[in-house]
Amino acid sequence: MSATIMPSADATGEARAQGQGGSLEARNLVKDFRLRSGLKVSMLHAVKDISFTVEAGRTIALVGESGSGKSTIARMLAKLEAPSSGGVFIDGAPSGSRGRALERYRSEVQMVFQDPFASLNPFHSISHHLERPIRLHHPGLGRAEVASRVEELLERVQLEPATRYLERRPHELSGGQRQRVAIARALAPGARFIIADEPVSMLDVSIRLGVLNLLAELQREAQLGVLYITHDLATARHFSDEILVMYRGDIVERGPADEVILNPQHEYTMRLLEAAADPERHGALRDEVRRAE
Amino acid sequence: MTAPEASARFGEPVLTARGVSIEYEVDPPVQAVRDVTLTLHRGEILGLAGESGCGKTTLAYGLNRLLKPPALQTSGEIVFHDRDGDDIDVVSLSDERLRAFRWSKVSMVFQGAMNSLNPVLNVRAQLDDVLRTHRPGMKKAERLARSRELLELVGVDPDRISSFPHELSGGMRQRVMIAMALALDPQVMIMDEPTTALDVVVQRGIIREIMRLRERLGFAVIFITHDLPLLIEISDRIAVMLRGEIVELGTAESVYRDPQHEYTKRLLSSFPSLRGDRGGFLRGTGANQEVAS
Repeated sequence: MSATIMPSADATGEARAQGQGGSLEARNLVKDFRLRSGLKVSMLHAVKDISFTVEAGRTIALVGESGSGKSTIARMLAKLEAPSSGGVFIDGAPSGSRGRALERYRSEVQMVFQDPFASLNPFHSISHHLERPIRLHHPGLGRAEVASRVEELLERVQLEPATRYLERRPHELSGGQRQRVAIARALAPGARFIIADEPVSMLDVSIRLGVLNLLAELQREAQLGVLYITHDLATARHFSDEILVMYRGDIVERGPADEVILNPQHEYTMRLLEAAADPERHGALRDEVRRAE
Repeated sequence: MTAPEASARFGEPVLTARGVSIEYEVDPPVQAVRDVTLTLHRGEILGLAGESGCGKTTLAYGLNRLLKPPALQTSGEIVFHDRDGDDIDVVSLSDERLRAFRWSKVSMVFQGAMNSLNPVLNVRAQLDDVLRTHRPGMKKAERLARSRELLELVGVDPDRISSFPHELSGGMRQRVMIAMALALDPQVMIMDEPTTALDVVVQRGIIREIMRLRERLGFAVIFITHDLPLLIEISDRIAVMLRGEIVELGTAESVYRDPQHEYTKRLLSSFPSLRGDRGGFLRGTGANQEVAS
């Protein structure tokens, strides 16, 4: 396989300049899991016929509680899980699920996981984490080119100067820095779409916005399409263009971010919003239970 | 309720800490808690906010004398003002008296409740254990009746008393933990991130339960979390911790409306507003940049 098969960073840059959007589409995705308890076998419908499209340069938030199926969707989009039916389409064409086609798909669609403490290998240096995807997806590149791309990636995620981080190992970095490395690693193959599954929920609160802002900035610069999976309605609203609300494997409400949060239609969305902490309502709960007692 | 009303209602102190410092005796020593002075009033919810590593959990453990080496309280006094008028010097309690003091006067709900129940004992055995240890005079039937009553109090069907922890949902396990903490009718409950691992809707249910029980039973709560919006919503007063020190202490309203310390302001700004405007959040301005470029 030669490097020319892959669109190089420059080539995709050109494509962006020409305004070629591209899209990542989930079409009628279904995922059933077989549950066994003793001799009984039952079906869990984790994801029920879900369709949506992530366009280049846009962020879609998938919100819902644990067990609602949002991570299963992420895993299907990342090809870590095969759908029971339905498919994933990239730029309108069915995506490959094995061999070269899968490799090509993976260079376009990458994932950022929730736990930066578990998703980086403690044995390897930061530069190794970034070199490897570059080498795998661009085998034609020379040593010097790989090294310069690694430095460029670290600078893009604001780990500067890059030389300070190259030889460090994950345990020497803070959670926020580690998540930045994880983002750099997702960008390394030249990905156009990022699936971020709760990318900041394990981080300290004061650095969460920094990491989200970085993702937003990278997205604008490179016209990435981002699927932001979260249970946090406030960041979903501010960080994305569109929100999909999931409940038990179904999308129960979807729409422009502000619309869904400020003018929810579905009863479940209202329940989620009602449950979110809101400092404006301080004392309200106390007064309510006091009246009830 | 306005601030003066609140202080009138929560006049009498139940727990006073003066100049408490706690050190981890490692090399080099770590000052985890520095000169903390804090008064908890009867029936009050005091929120303790701060990020990981700020010493909030260490302080909570110190208040209940649960510190284990290498953690050591190096200075300060902790006095518990009992309901019947006795003042108990917590720091100098002998082992035997400490055992009687803990849980019956001050109980704790620990972080990660998913894992703090014993997986091989059913709920009944674990509740029974608390009562048998601290109330040796109680008969078996009385203990069972009390255990069922406790479950009912926290909103768990008493018929689930024979369930094992793995048979309960996360929210139910947390409710069982609260039932255990309530078993001896404590005057203070220290809750360390009691709802962090739970889904928002479940979390809201637990919070409501805690508020309701406080109204009914009149215990005071030290509620520890990094979730400042939640604290503002439910607390009477809030203490903000940074690097082992309390940098700001005030009513929930004043901390929210008029934060004094830089760090409090930063923490507050780390939580984008759910329903309010976009504020300084970068993505809002980013859209304009995109148009401009």
